[in-house]
Amino acid sequence: MTNLKPLLQVKNVKKFYTVQKFGEFKKGVVKAVNDVSFNLYEGETYGLVGESGCGKSTLGKTLLQLEEPNGGEAIYKEKNLFKLTKKELRESRRELQMVFQDPYSSLNPKINIGKALEEPLAIHSIGNAKERTEKAMEVLKNVGLQPEHYFRLPHELSGGQRQRIGLARALILNPKIVICDEPVSALDVIIQSQIINLMRKIQRDLNLTYLFISHDIGVVRHISDRIGVMYLGNLVEEAETDEMFENPLHPYTQVLLSAVPSAKIENKKERIVLNGELPSPLNPPSGCKFHERCPFATAECKKSEPFKKEVTQNHFVACHLYN
Amino acid sequence: MDSTNLLEVKNLKTSFHTEEGNVSAIDVSFRIKKGEILGIVGESGCGKSVTAQSILRLLDEKAVSYEGEVLLNDVNLLTLPKKKMQKIHGNEISMVFQDPLSSLNPAYTIGNQIIETIRAHKKVSKKDAIEKSIELLRLVGIPAPEARLDDYPHQLSGGMRQRVMIAMALACEPKLLIADEPTTALDVTIQAQIMELFIDINKKLDMSIMLITHDLGVVAEVCDRVIVMYLGQIIEEATVKELFKNPKHPYTKALIKSIPHLDGDRLKDLQVIDGTVPTLTNIPNGCRFSNRCEFATHHCKTKVPQLVDINNKTAKVRCWYAEETVSMEVN
Repeated sequence: MTNLKPLLQVKNVKKFYTVQKFGEFKKGVVKAVNDVSFNLYEGETYGLVGESGCGKSTLGKTLLQLEEPNGGEAIYKEKNLFKLTKKELRESRRELQMVFQDPYSSLNPKINIGKALEEPLAIHSIGNAKERTEKAMEVLKNVGLQPEHYFRLPHELSGGQRQRIGLARALILNPKIVICDEPVSALDVIIQSQIINLMRKIQRDLNLTYLFISHDIGVVRHISDRIGVMYLGNLVEEAETDEMFENPLHPYTQVLLSAVPSAKIENKKERIVLNGELPSPLNPPSGCKFHERCPFATAECKKSEPFKKEVTQNHFVACHLYN
Repeated sequence: MDSTNLLEVKNLKTSFHTEEGNVSAIDVSFRIKKGEILGIVGESGCGKSVTAQSILRLLDEKAVSYEGEVLLNDVNLLTLPKKKMQKIHGNEISMVFQDPLSSLNPAYTIGNQIIETIRAHKKVSKKDAIEKSIELLRLVGIPAPEARLDDYPHQLSGGMRQRVMIAMALACEPKLLIADEPTTALDVTIQAQIMELFIDINKKLDMSIMLITHDLGVVAEVCDRVIVMYLGQIIEEATVKELFKNPKHPYTKALIKSIPHLDGDRLKDLQVIDGTVPTLTNIPNGCRFSNRCEFATHHCKTKVPQLVDINNKTAKVRCWYAEETVSMEVN
């Protein structure tokens, strides 16, 4: 995979928020995404996992500039997305689309599904009214819905159907990359599997590239080719899916994988229960941000921040244990 | 009543008064044994939360009506006067909800709230109540509990808040703790901590726990016995081991197979059943699962199956073809 040219190159992306600390004059800085780099190759699914507050959603939004980045580059088709003019940015959005967790709050309750689907086409002035309707019907079919759904309002649809609309709306512009932010988290398990199967089918048919953001490790494992693990704004480990599950290197990844409750009775793995909780991002620990909770932490970990390095082929980890 | 049973629910029917007439949300019968952790699973809208809330009569009685019996020590909770019911609530049965932030009062310290709970149920001095609160917070694994008493809910993290809720629920040493999706709002590593806590208090205090969840993984890790619900009915009941090893009902099978396992073949598509759960006003004739079941016959679509004992009464299933489908593997 390394000899391929990446479709999207994410380099040292940073997103910081300044917040007023309670009762203090000084403003605090939350490093929501801190120096994250990875590559996205054509046709693959890159899964991004981590707990709430680790910055995975912020990263997704920053790449599409729904949040203004504070630094770094996102290189797509030899252009830095962060340095585009307004017009170019709008053009680029045709090829980079996003699917959100809650499709209900991203659909206008007063506009029928068909109109909502045609809206992106109208914004990008693609086709005439008739062609747009045809396109909307086609994309409805692609996501497993019927033409009659064109005339429905969002409240008339179930959660699973709404998420299909969310997907349809992202797909209608024929994007290259779809950033999916927790697309199945609000759904029941059977509906969730229906959507995952659908997403995989669409990916095969259209040769799409997904950046799949989720806290659900089972789901991420199922859909991703490669996985990145985030902790407090940093990408701490990255590997191909099977390698990641067979041989997790970072202590945090090991904890995260073992914490997933398994719906299997036999050969239960020993669960590593972590002490303590995610530190405040306003006041992260020095050195390696995980060292306060890490069972293997040494003096070195408290002092210096580890850098991402390749331990085995395509397996990157940011941890002092692997120096 | 069998002495090993703590609570017996007999033909409990809860119906909601709606514009379209009375809609029956659940119709269930089951038992909770002493000292066990019973899991109730199902998709949203299957009636698992309504079941829990009906046991404690938490639903607005102007909008719902209860039928049947909920027996605790041979007393039917459904016919008790409100005053007596309040005594049961907390002393005998207590409940933990999904979202601890909305169940805690933001304007009071957690110490205040725990002490209030203790003193509402027991005649103890304030000093004793404070000591008891510290002891409870220590029991649920909150570090430095003395210092935490003066914290407000917003100063605690999600996991800590859930621990405080559990501490409050344990205040009067109830015999049954009902936990409604207690880990759903939490991250996996915190969820693992809370699951350990449930197992721990179940052992230490010999308390029965009724754990309502949509997550089969949590059930497999924590529970002794499981009830699977679909559209307001119990469709299968078995020990955890039996349910995961040898599920009988096609719905249970589908539910288990649809989970993306950590060691399954990830290149294959996930097993799914088509369609969605019908609404309660639109229940299929015969077996309620018949319109989505791949084995459904004409018989299933016309005749209502009962929940019957199988495997020497170790399990129950509501399916006309329970014995046959065991051999028919879904592939």
